Amino acid sequence: MSKLKSPGELEALRHEIQSKRGAKQMITVCSGTGCLACGAVELTAAFIREIEKKELAHKVEVRPTGCHGFCERGPIVVILPQKICYLRASVEDVAEIVEKTLIKGELVDRLLYEDPETGKRIRYVDDIPFYKHQQRILLAGNVLIDPTNIWDYLAVGGYAALAKALFESTPEEIIDIVKESGLRGRGGGGFPTGVKWETTRNASAKPKYAIVNADEGDPGAYMDRSLLEGNPHGIIEGLIIGAYAIGANEGFIYVRREYPLACKNTRIAIEQAREYGFLGTDILGSGFDFDISVHHGAGAFVSGESSALMNAIEGRVGEPRPKYVHTSVKGLWDKPSCLNNVETWANIPFIVTKGAGWFKRMGTPGSTGTKIFSLVGKVNNTGLVEVPMGMSIRDIIFKIGAGIPGNKKFKAVQTGGPSGGVLPEKLLDLPVDFDELTKAGSMMGSGGMIVMDEDTCMVDTARYYIDFLAHESCGKCVPCREGLRQMLKILNRITRGEGTMEDIGLLEELCSVIKVASLCGLGQSSVNPVMSVLKYFGKEVEAHVKDKRCPAGVCKNLIAFHIDPEKCKGCGLCAKNCPANAITKTADKVHVIDQDLCIKCGLCISVCPEKFRAVEKVPAFQFQNAV
Amino acid sequence: MGTVAMKIDGKNVTADEGKTILQAALAAGIDIPHMCYLEQLEPYGACRLCMVEVTANKRTRMVASCAYPVKEGLEVKTDSEALRKVRKLLVELLWPLAPELAEKYGITASRFSNDHTDCSMCGKCVRYCSEIKKKEVLYFKGRGIEREIAAVPELVSECVYCQECFKECNGGLILKQAGMPWA
Ligand SMILES: Cc1cc2nc3c(=O)[nH]c(=O)nc-3n(C[C@H](O)[C@H](O)[C@H](O)COP(=O)(O)O)c2cc1C
Ligand code: SF4
Ligand code: SF4
Ligand code: SF4
Ligand code: SF4
Ligand code: FES
Ligand code: FES
Repeated sequence: MSKLKSPGELEALRHEIQSKRGAKQMITVCSGTGCLACGAVELTAAFIREIEKKELAHKVEVRPTGCHGFCERGPIVVILPQKICYLRASVEDVAEIVEKTLIKGELVDRLLYEDPETGKRIRYVDDIPFYKHQQRILLAGNVLIDPTNIWDYLAVGGYAALAKALFESTPEEIIDIVKESGLRGRGGGGFPTGVKWETTRNASAKPKYAIVNADEGDPGAYMDRSLLEGNPHGIIEGLIIGAYAIGANEGFIYVRREYPLACKNTRIAIEQAREYGFLGTDILGSGFDFDISVHHGAGAFVSGESSALMNAIEGRVGEPRPKYVHTSVKGLWDKPSCLNNVETWANIPFIVTKGAGWFKRMGTPGSTGTKIFSLVGKVNNTGLVEVPMGMSIRDIIFKIGAGIPGNKKFKAVQTGGPSGGVLPEKLLDLPVDFDELTKAGSMMGSGGMIVMDEDTCMVDTARYYIDFLAHESCGKCVPCREGLRQMLKILNRITRGEGTMEDIGLLEELCSVIKVASLCGLGQSSVNPVMSVLKYFGKEVEAHVKDKRCPAGVCKNLIAFHIDPEKCKGCGLCAKNCPANAITKTADKVHVIDQDLCIKCGLCISVCPEKFRAVEKVPAFQFQNAV
Repeated sequence: MGTVAMKIDGKNVTADEGKTILQAALAAGIDIPHMCYLEQLEPYGACRLCMVEVTANKRTRMVASCAYPVKEGLEVKTDSEALRKVRKLLVELLWPLAPELAEKYGITASRFSNDHTDCSMCGKCVRYCSEIKKKEVLYFKGRGIEREIAAVPELVSECVYCQECFKECNGGLILKQAGMPWA
C-alpha cells in the first residue's frame, strides 16, 4: 500500500473498500481480553471452519472484534446485520448457530439473553436491558471493527475527521470546536480539554508533545484498555488531530505493560497508519508531520499522574514532581506537553466530524457527552457501560445493571476508583457528572463504579481502599505516606474492635491535612473513602467503636458463629467441613461451636442445609467470656 | 534575568526570577520551616513543612514554598491558623524528627505510633549522592508505606566516602545504613 496523498485518495479508497465488501452477513466474535479468556480464539476458528465447510464464505464473514462490554457473559457473538446476540457461546454451539441462524434464519434460543424477571428470551442486542439504556458512541466501533485491520476502521468513516481537520480547519478552529463542545478530561480531573490545548498551543517553547495516558491503574477499571484494544485507530486519529491543533510533531502513548493486547493492537495500528500515510511526514499531503512512540509503563497506580508519567517517559522514576507550572506549559523534558486520557482522545474524531453542537446535546450543561463506566460489584449485569453524562446512579445500577443479585438490599456505590468516595442509598438519584459527584464527596475519576450490598461493611471498605492507597502511593511526601500509614493503623484498630472515639477525631484531622498538604492528586484525593464513610455511614463506624459490633457481620473480630440448638438437626455437615475442628456433637446430637477454636471462616453457615439454617452470625461480645 | 517584587508577611521582598519563595524568604531573613530543602539540590517538595499561603489573581492557595517560583506581585503568608494546623500534624507524623518545630508549637508527644524514627525520607542523602556526586549509590526502595532508603549493592564500591550525604541527615539512619562503608 502506498501512502495516501490527499483527502480525495482517502475517499476513493473508502469507496473501494465499501464496494468490494458489499452486503455480507457477518458473525462478530468478541475478542477482547475478557472473552479471549473464555475461548474466543477457538470460537472464531470454529466459525471460520464451519463457514468454509458449508461453503458460505462468499456470503458470510467472521470477524474478531474488540470488547462488547458485557464481558461477564462472554464470549459474545453478534450476527449482523440483524444484530442477533448470543451470550456464552462455545465451540459446541457453532454448527448449530450456522445451520439454524445463518442458513435457516432461526434462533438458538438457549444462547439468547434471558430476562431474569420474565424469563423471556431477547433476540436483539439493542433490546437487552444492559445495552438498551446505554448510548454507545465511543464503544460503537468496538463491536464492528477488527482492531488489527485498518480497512474496518476506514469502512466506518475512519480518518475522515483527520482529513477534515487538516484541510478544512486551522489549528485555532479545531481548538475552538473542542472548547465549544465542552469536552472535559476523562482521566479524572475533568479539566476542559480545549482550554488545555490552547495553553499548550500558546506556550512559546518548542518542541511540543501530545501524549495519551493509558496507564489506567484503578483496579477493576478497564474502559481505556477496551478502547485501545478494540479501536486503537480512533485514539490515534484523535491524537493526530490534537497534535495538529497544539502544534506538536511528536506523540507518545503511555500504556501499562500489564495490557499486552492493548500494546499489541496499538503497535499494529500505528504501523498501519504509517503505511497509509496518516502518520509520518506530510500527512495526507497536508504538509503536517507527526509520529507516535509507544511507551510501556510499569503499571504503578501513581505513574498515571501527569508529572509522574512524564518522569517515566523521560526514563526517570515514575514519581510526581513538585511543579507549580502546569505540564501543558512545562512537561516532558520541560517542554509544553498536552496529556489527555484515552477516552478523551477517542471523543475528538466524533466532535470534529459531527460538531460541537451535536456533542453538547448529550449530557448536562457542565459535563457534556457520554462517559464509559465500568460497572462491577454486587450488581446483576456487570461490564462496560457508556451513558450520557447526567444519567442517575439509580438508572445505571437498576436499569442497565438490573439491580442487586440475590434479593439483597443496595447499600452504597463507590465511584471514581480507589480514591473516590462511597455514596449511600439516599443519593441514588444523583445525576452522574463531574461536579455533582465532587459535591457529594466522591469523584468521577476514570469511571469506576463498584456496587455494594447490605453484606458490605463500610469501615472495612474504607480500610481496604486506604490499604491500597498506602501501598500504591509513591511514598515521597510526608502527609500522604505517613498520613495514610496512620489512617490504616486506626482503621485496622476499628475493624478489630479496638477503636476509640478519639480515633474518629484523629481520622477527621488526618483527612483535612492530607487533603491540602499532599504533593499530588493521589494524596489529595486519598481521603475521599474515609471522609465519605464518616459522613454517610457514621453510625456504622460508631457501632464498631462504641458497641464493638459490625452491623454487616464482616469484621471477623466482632462476629461469632453460633449454632441454634433449637434448629440443629444433628446432620453433622458443619462439623465435617469445619477446617478448625471447632464443632462437636453433644449428647443430644445438637452441634456446638468452640469459640476458642473457631477461625470464623463461615463454612459452617454455607454447608448447613437450607431447610435447617441452624448456624447464625452473632456479635462476638455475646461470647466475650468465651473469646 | 530580572527581579520581581512581592510581599511576604506584609514585608516587601525582591527576588531574582527563577528563585523559589523559600529562597526569597530566607534571603530576606524570614524563616519558613523546611526539612527536605537543601540549597544545592533541586526542589523536592516532600516534607511539606514549608507550606505557605499564596495569593495571586485574588485566589489563595496553600503551596510548598520550596518549589513555588517567585512571581511579580505575589502575596505570601508564612503563618496562619490553617498553616499551623498542617505543620503541627506533620510534626506528629514525623515524630521525633522535627524537634525544633515541635518545641515551637509546644508539642511534647505524638498521638501516633511512629514507625520510622530514624529517617524522615527527606531524600537528601539519595539526592546529594546523585545530583552533586553524580553517583547513584543510594536509592529509594519500595513505594508507599514500604518506602525506605537503601544502598545499591553493586554500586556501593563507587561510594567515594565523601560523607557529605549524611551531614544534612535529620534522622541519622544513613549513618547506620546497612551496606555502606561506614556502617
Ligand atoms: C494518582 C493518579 C493517577 C492517575 N492515573 C491516571 C490514569 O491511569 N489515566 C489517566 O488518563 N489519568 C490519570 N490521572 C490523571 C492525570 O494526572 C491527568 O490529569 C490526565 O491524564 C489528564 O487527561 P484528561 O484531561 O484527558 O483527563 C491520574 C492522576 C493521579 C493523581
Ligand atoms: S501525594 Fe502520595 S503519591 Fe503523591 S507525591 Fe506525595 S507520597 Fe507520592
Ligand atoms: S466459622 Fe469456620 S472455623 Fe468457625 S466453626 Fe464454622 S466452619 Fe468452623
Ligand atoms: S449442619 Fe446445621 S443441622 Fe447439621 S449438624 Fe450442623 S448445625 Fe446442625
Ligand atoms: S537517611 Fe537521613 S538524609 Fe537520607 S532520607 Fe533519611 S533522614 Fe533524609
Ligand atoms: S471482552 Fe468480550 S465483552 Fe468484554
Ligand atoms: S522544604 Fe518544601 S517540602 Fe520540604
